[in-house]
Amino acid sequence: MIDTIIHIIVPIALFIFIATFALFAVYAERKIAGFVQDRLGPMETGRYGALQTIADILKLLQKEHINPTNTDSILFKAAPILIFVAVFTGFAMMPWAQDFLPANTHSGLFFIMAVISIDAIGILMAGWGSNNKYSLLGSMRAIAQMVSYEIPVGLSLIAAVMISQTLNLNEIALMQGIHATETIKFLGFWEVNQVGGIFAWHIFQAPHLLVVYLIFFIASLAECNRAPFDIPEAESELVGGYNTEYGGIHFAFLFLSEYAMMFLVSMLGVVLFLGAWNTPLPNIGALRLADWTTGLAWGIFWTLAKSMTIVAIQIWIRWTLPRFRADQLMNLCWKVLTPIAFLCIAISAIWRIFVMV
Amino acid sequence: MIFKTTTNLFFTALQGLSLTVKHLFGARKSRQSKDIRAKDYFQQQQGLTTVQYPQEKMPIPEVARYQLDVEIDDCIVCDLCAKACPVDCIAIEAVKATEAIGETSDGSVKRLYAAKFEIDMAKCMYCGLCTVVCPTECITMTNNYDRSSQKLTDLIYGFSTMSDQEIADRKSEWTQFQAAKEAAKKK
Repeated sequence: MIDTIIHIIVPIALFIFIATFALFAVYAERKIAGFVQDRLGPMETGRYGALQTIADILKLLQKEHINPTNTDSILFKAAPILIFVAVFTGFAMMPWAQDFLPANTHSGLFFIMAVISIDAIGILMAGWGSNNKYSLLGSMRAIAQMVSYEIPVGLSLIAAVMISQTLNLNEIALMQGIHATETIKFLGFWEVNQVGGIFAWHIFQAPHLLVVYLIFFIASLAECNRAPFDIPEAESELVGGYNTEYGGIHFAFLFLSEYAMMFLVSMLGVVLFLGAWNTPLPNIGALRLADWTTGLAWGIFWTLAKSMTIVAIQIWIRWTLPRFRADQLMNLCWKVLTPIAFLCIAISAIWRIFVMV
Repeated sequence: MIFKTTTNLFFTALQGLSLTVKHLFGARKSRQSKDIRAKDYFQQQQGLTTVQYPQEKMPIPEVARYQLDVEIDDCIVCDLCAKACPVDCIAIEAVKATEAIGETSDGSVKRLYAAKFEIDMAKCMYCGLCTVVCPTECITMTNNYDRSSQKLTDLIYGFSTMSDQEIADRKSEWTQFQAAKEAAKKK
């Protein structure tokens, strides 16, 4: 009975978190965009425009459900739900703090990769179902992009997993802090099981993971269709891409899943490379900073803080870089990221066998 | 080739990112609201440019090319402004007076009543030609640029001060005067 209640409460709590995060992130995005362009951003609704996104969502919820005449109505209506469910399910595996995650499975990472791929089908459904040339073009671009970028993402994850030797996200996170069960070494020479902090993070356990993280970050930007890889949406060319025909709550869900995806990939990157819930503060002699800042609440705090920072960087990049052309996008994926990711897998293997022993 | 493009890509991306982050932190200050005639007007490159309009306004010259205003007491109803207007936004109707009815502030004699003097600001293109041709300089441009309204007809500004009764009186006066003249001629 208790288990059932927990199984119900956890998704609801996660959904509330995602919705709140989306509201906050949209506001942050608009503010950052404003400041970067020497504007103020929203200012009128509430103090410094703080209630702007709440007003926006209220407007979206009140709107009529418009289903254009010639749409494929089943696909059209199911697509936003499928896209959101695909992203939302991914959160089931994400660890927030030590042993504090919805589902502790041994195939966590694999599950996330599998589930996120469903997102692509949802986007194709949205584009096809809309019966609109812009939507279809947008979704075709999205599929080409997401399928291609799945490869550098997958390869970079393999490179990281080769170091941690497990697909269980909880254990991967565990290996990057003071509670690690095996010996972990900073750059392969200095044992940091007692020191912890930033030195124990994966990117510092094996320095080539820094490059891998960069690949992962770039590819994950493309995976969630964020600028500079936003050709599927491409407001200036394709109106709105696959979400052109959507309005009201359907659009709200597409939007929500976009921001949920941003957070999911940021968090995945944090878990795999940037020490997950582990504190960045190391133990220095008598100053047991790492010991003091480890625990359930601290874990959630660090996960959130790190993920939010990565989200902020995504937003910052969006408002800096112009959109890639489709061929440049593919060039970057197949000719640059994929070969480097393969190289990094090889380095991971060598590192694991000769350095980490 | 691809190596060079890629390194170039990352280098230029970093350059762009550093530029935007500079502006992001530069946004703590607002740019000062400066007169465009100030020497260092174009020197300000950092800071917010937004002017929160109804709360704060940018300085503008006292007489710039904004909304028109007519000092009807100085108007001799010569109709020159209406003729000069390229978009025909000025509508004037004159009623002749039987004798000189007064003087404007610059000494011109007024012989016509302005029964109707309307400017449709929705049509006006702010060229200022009417102000140039006006012999008594009674039609001027002011520094007032914000007159939003809910109805389009609100933008038709009437400057005539005569009531309908007055207009009718003056008209009948003129017809009587004409009739008297005709009668005098016949005799």
